Amino acid sequence: MKANWSTYPTAGLHDELVGPGGGSRAAARALLGYLTELGGTEIAVRQQAAEMAIRAMGITFTVYHEQDGSIDRAWPLDIIPRTISRKEWQRIEKGLIQRAAALNLFIDDIYQKQRFIRDGRMPGEIIHTSRNFRASCVGVKPPLGTWAHICGSDLIRDRDGTVYVLEDNLRVPSGVSYMLENRQVIKRVFPELFENSAILPVDDYPSQLFDMLAALSPRKGETPEVVVLTPGIYNSAYFEHSYLARQMGCELVEGRDLAVDSSDCVFMQTVDGWSRVDVIYRRIDDDFLDPETFRDDSTLGVPGLMRAWKKGNVALANAPGAGVADDKLVYTYVPDMIKYYLGEDAILENVPSFRCAEPDQLSHVLANLHELVVKPVDGSGGYGMLMGPSSSKAERAQFAKALKANPRSFVAQPVITLSTVPTLVDDAIEPRHVDLRPFILSGPQTSVTTGGLTRVALRRGSLVVNSSQGGGSKDTWIVDAEA
Amino acid sequence: MLARVVENVYWLSRYMERAENAARIINVNAHLLLDLPKGIAPGWLPLVDINGNRAEFDAKHPKAAEERDVVHFLAADRENPGSLYSSLHMARENARTLREILPTEAWEMLNEFHSEFMRELSTGLAKRSRFRFLNEVVGTLQKISGVLDGTMSRNASYTFLILGRNLERADMTSRIVDVRSAQLLPAETPELRPFETVQWMSVLKSLSAYQMYRGAVRSRVRRVDVLEFLLRNRQFPRACMFCLDQVEHELKSLQRGEPVVDRLDAVRRFMARAPLEALDQAGLHAFIDRLQLHINELHNGIARIFFPKPQISGIQQLSESGQSQRQSRLAF
Repeated sequence: MKANWSTYPTAGLHDELVGPGGGSRAAARALLGYLTELGGTEIAVRQQAAEMAIRAMGITFTVYHEQDGSIDRAWPLDIIPRTISRKEWQRIEKGLIQRAAALNLFIDDIYQKQRFIRDGRMPGEIIHTSRNFRASCVGVKPPLGTWAHICGSDLIRDRDGTVYVLEDNLRVPSGVSYMLENRQVIKRVFPELFENSAILPVDDYPSQLFDMLAALSPRKGETPEVVVLTPGIYNSAYFEHSYLARQMGCELVEGRDLAVDSSDCVFMQTVDGWSRVDVIYRRIDDDFLDPETFRDDSTLGVPGLMRAWKKGNVALANAPGAGVADDKLVYTYVPDMIKYYLGEDAILENVPSFRCAEPDQLSHVLANLHELVVKPVDGSGGYGMLMGPSSSKAERAQFAKALKANPRSFVAQPVITLSTVPTLVDDAIEPRHVDLRPFILSGPQTSVTTGGLTRVALRRGSLVVNSSQGGGSKDTWIVDAEA
Repeated sequence: MLARVVENVYWLSRYMERAENAARIINVNAHLLLDLPKGIAPGWLPLVDINGNRAEFDAKHPKAAEERDVVHFLAADRENPGSLYSSLHMARENARTLREILPTEAWEMLNEFHSEFMRELSTGLAKRSRFRFLNEVVGTLQKISGVLDGTMSRNASYTFLILGRNLERADMTSRIVDVRSAQLLPAETPELRPFETVQWMSVLKSLSAYQMYRGAVRSRVRRVDVLEFLLRNRQFPRACMFCLDQVEHELKSLQRGEPVVDRLDAVRRFMARAPLEALDQAGLHAFIDRLQLHINELHNGIARIFFPKPQISGIQQLSESGQSQRQSRLAF
């Protein structure tokens, strides 16, 4: 294996590290030079060292397997990092803060006066037909007016270099623990690089998360009891729940550890008896949160939790109902929200999208299925999509039928050829497509992770980066190229 | 500290101790057999009795059991809940839910050791490599305990780590004494007397007690001294009485430990009263039977007060202080 960038194929692609013709991009200069010097054999040795570190550190994710139930797999990390220049990142960061502000104003508006709809910016049916709109949240005023305290927005870059927001995850976005652990592993693997280049640190996130959560406590003046609520050990993101609880020094609780008493306060069962809980960072979907309000067959949640939340006796992050803005049809309105609530133009662009709910756009989509991506509005994890160019006639016919029957449930977008990053594949370094998930914390202040989690599609040509579908990950470096 | 979490710490600790004991008794038995003439050698089945799973074992091995069957049953059988395999697996499963509590080094060691063990199990148990393999199990588990002792804050989770370890130890020591002393019966004739000493030495060795015993008791290895040492010594960490002292010490650090401390006093009085010298085999067996029931009751007492209650509906107002009494009423 050789680390030879002049023969690295970038034709028709935008590579994050290697420019056209094999030159390195400014933020990647030190990294590529270092890799060349290291040579192929040594890079492979470092990759093995990283994999051993990951196994020893127990960095895992859980996949559901039909025969074996849930299996704990070692987290897949490719050691070649993805770099972004600090200057470009500053613009993206501003764009994300703007976006999170508008989304929170929108959600608060939707559960209060619905000005956005009354002023004709969006049809009301979209809200009433949204699977994640919670009627039980109407009129609730959560602390600071914030609903989506933690937002994970997926960014992609097209081959012309434009960065787009692909979607906003406002329910229980995951991945931040892997971002932090990837950095730990890469520091072990490439210590020399961190000594000599200006790579911005990422490890401040847990303390920022804790401060944000603590600021939501209803009992002012007392040390707030903040807990992380997990569905349990078999959840695919359990590693992360446990990781964040550990990093914040909080209890990691399950629904069965909590109870709501007759004064509508939340308590947890401790070794010294029942003890009051102030803030819950919940990693359970709305549906399972409270069997009194939502699904009554849920054994993961806490009966009465919604009562406690509505009375303001406990803070929930993210707030129930925040997922209303997670809908991919609502997503198409985000640039309008930014204009409406903030009076600003969106800094980050949306991927151009067709609203199948609108008849003229639907007919355009139906006529061009073979070159579009069709997505369910409430899907996640890359499931249930039609990839037009690689689809069969039968698949397109099936989607056309579904689209006509239920146009509200789909949006369509042009295929974006995601940018690539050099990746170790067997014994070679080849370009593989990536996206980026930064996390935005909204509380008294808004903050954005330095970079985010870069996910990489490990199969050649594949644009599917989800780890549940064979995707891997990379450390993400925001590099001060001018330093 | 969550009730569910301390329960998991408690079980983590018990399973680690159980795994260590399983590895230990296999090695000691192998050594013992090398020292004994065929006619009086107790063979391997007594180990299954110590494990307390004779019925399951007999169902699986209807024909006369060989060494290989017993070693497999005790070390590698996934269906035997007391096997080394199961104990290690359960220790890791409990640890997995405790990532935010356990020192990272301890978790990493246990996790790494668990996968190494699973990988090497089948080759490791071959007769040639078995001694080294099982010794490594004991050594690694002791190392992990050392990391836990050296790096965990002395808070409620550490308390339950020590409670689990000592209750498991007391239970295992009493089992080994019970089963081993029962086998030693046929050796009570003059020409077999030398072998009796060897066997009591093996009992001590299976608990790593031989050297400490020699330091404390400076005479020939005798039944009554061994019983006294393993059951009632207050300085040797695997002696039952020592373990109970540790349990008491830890319980006193808990706000609601009093009822169990009271029970513990009763257990210690019961132990102190036993006339070990006068007890014949049947009497000893009956004594240990009752001792084990007592140990089990201590476990139940701890579980009742500190572990999560399965039913938490119908809770009335839970104030934040002075609720411990109401709390225990709610439980049942």
